[in-house]
Amino acid sequence: MNKSFKLSSEQFKTVFAGLSEHYCIVGPKRFAGLGRFSDTDLIRYAPLTSIDELELAEKSCFSPKDLVFPPDETLFYFNGQQFSEAALPDNLEIIVLLRPCDINGIDRLDRMFMKNADVIDPYYQRRRSRLHFFMIECRESFENCFCVSMNANRSDNYAAALRFGKDGVEAEVASDKFLETFAVNGSVFEFKPEFVSENQIKVELPKVETMPPEIFTDKLWEEYDSRCISCGRCNTSCVTCSCFTTRDLFYGDSRTCGERRRVWDGCHLDGFCDMAGGHTFRKNKGERMRFKTFHKIYDYRKRFGVDMCVGCGRCDDVCPEYISFSNCINKLSARLKEGAE
Amino acid sequence: MSAQTTANPYLPFVTKIIAVKAETESEFTLTVQAVCSITPGQFFQVSLPRIGEAPISVSNYGSDWIQFTIRAVGKLTGAIQNLKTGENLFIRGPYGTGFPVDRFKNSRLVIVAGGSGVAPVRPLVDQVVNGQLPVKSLDLIAGFKNRASIIFTDDLVQWQQKSNLTLTIDKQEEGWDGATGLVTEHIRKLRFDTFDDLQVIVVGPPVMMKFATAEFRMLQVPAERIWVSFERLMSCGLGKCGHCKIDYTYVCVDGPVLNYSYAANLID
Ligand SMILES: Cc1cc2nc3c(=O)[nH]c(=O)nc-3n(C[C@H](O)[C@H](O)[C@H](O)COP(=O)(O)OP(=O)(O)OC[C@H]3O[C@@H](n4cnc5c(N)ncnc54)[C@H](O)[C@@H]3O)c2cc1C
Ligand code: SF4
Ligand code: SF4
Ligand code: FES
Repeated sequence: MNKSFKLSSEQFKTVFAGLSEHYCIVGPKRFAGLGRFSDTDLIRYAPLTSIDELELAEKSCFSPKDLVFPPDETLFYFNGQQFSEAALPDNLEIIVLLRPCDINGIDRLDRMFMKNADVIDPYYQRRRSRLHFFMIECRESFENCFCVSMNANRSDNYAAALRFGKDGVEAEVASDKFLETFAVNGSVFEFKPEFVSENQIKVELPKVETMPPEIFTDKLWEEYDSRCISCGRCNTSCVTCSCFTTRDLFYGDSRTCGERRRVWDGCHLDGFCDMAGGHTFRKNKGERMRFKTFHKIYDYRKRFGVDMCVGCGRCDDVCPEYISFSNCINKLSARLKEGAE
Repeated sequence: MSAQTTANPYLPFVTKIIAVKAETESEFTLTVQAVCSITPGQFFQVSLPRIGEAPISVSNYGSDWIQFTIRAVGKLTGAIQNLKTGENLFIRGPYGTGFPVDRFKNSRLVIVAGGSGVAPVRPLVDQVVNGQLPVKSLDLIAGFKNRASIIFTDDLVQWQQKSNLTLTIDKQEEGWDGATGLVTEHIRKLRFDTFDDLQVIVVGPPVMMKFATAEFRMLQVPAERIWVSFERLMSCGLGKCGHCKIDYTYVCVDGPVLNYSYAANLID
């Protein structure tokens, strides 16, 4: 049975300090002046040394997916004859403070890395198994969010859910691991997290079992041929994008030693499907937009039973060309309806 | 270390190269020592750590050896071309669905392979030719760009004796007394009185597969009787890296061999 508590700000600080002794606590944090435009701040997931560093007023540019799937990760080292699996740099257990959409986003990654083809990715698994979700209650959406349309606004997949108020924190604790510290420092209280129930942005998902072949080459994609510059930011900011490439390195001073790494790749980037002999697929940016869109809101569902996109809106937040993904989904649905008429 | 090796699907294992044979100027066949359970049509992730990794089809195998026939086109394949007998090659696999060999038993089998597409069907053709896989008949159309690009010349001579082989090059060349023209022209000459127990395999470059399958469809061959093998960029072979996805299909694990009734509807 989940138990709920109320804590004053001071009491929560004590909880935070206690947990910090055993866990690395990670959450969205503001980095002044590092934003995309001058005089703007960058908000990204980072270890927090105090709860005051937790950024709640604005959405993070990047998702917490680095915690399970870093942009660049060594898979193994090679000494000429033998391989040794790269160890994790530390053995920390991690508490991550994140919103329901991102919890659902990590669930989409779980399906890919832990379930697809019945293969468990050991590098993902070892990072994933040390994560503990502390859900930040999210009752009002930010700009570009459309989590409600994507059915990703709610989650019960958390160790604890927290409502941050002016004079303290209300918490629902679901995992026994964390019960004691909340019970000792706070007082028993009735609290259940609430969820945003309406976003300003709404998308209508296509209601087709199978995409008609004509829609793959529909003129709706053409606008992206000229607008998209294939920078791949929509991929890197997306909590659910999981593609990677492997790269081998050798050490300058050695002819036999080196390592194999994996690095993020993205379906909007050039070279994503280049094959030997110069053959490639999806040369046009519009085709890449179509590929991504279908993956996010159509074919992932066919494979895993749930849509990939969680409607966090980050791809819209970061696109330098102001391409809106939610808009694209709505245009697609509209075209499909026209076609059906 | 060994426990890790089995648990971590990304870690290759070492094999020793026991034979190297040049096929053409840029293509060669390596035989490595390894014991694996393989189905024709499957592939391995082959690598030289420090250089890179790539999917390569099994071009034949025995109880303790595997062959790869590789075209040197880039960084990794170019480096592999420099390897000699006794040196190491690193592999992991086998991966993917191979050919549904049991369905081919007692069929009238037609195989159309273009260029390096002959490599993945070679183990299958060998099984037919040596009697391991009994069939009613085998029509084999092998197409190459020109004479210089023909691979498996020794095998072709053997296959000729046990199958109805059409070895064709795209255009007539001096001193060539064999067939010429694209494989599609030779498919057109095939006659099917009935499609009962017919099975068709088409493997080759994307354009060739497109036209060859279309040709069979024009001859009214049901899509369910046609099998193709897809090539896509692949970084993992494990259904993780996302490169090989077409629609909801991951070519590395759901393919590379796919039934055409299914593959025909996949749009990249
Ligand atoms: C299932 C499967 C089975 C296969 N079986 C075989 C086989 O049996 N034999 C075989 O020889 N091959 C096979 N291949 C193909 C093989 O995997 C590739 O040839 C291999 O990946 C090339 O690796 P490389 O490092 O040598 O080439 P790379 O150095 O990666 O480059 C190879 C080619 O890719 C293109 N390319 C790469 N990067 C770029 C870029 N940035 N821009 C433009 N073009 C680029 C170029 O055309 C270049 O020539 C198979 C592929 C698959 C998917
Ligand atoms: S962020 Fe925008 S411009 Fe960049 S690849 Fe994505 S859609 Fe294209
Ligand atoms: S596609 Fe865009 S809205 Fe959907 S999960 Fe990814 S970044 Fe968020
Ligand atoms: S090759 Fe990586 S998912 Fe298929």
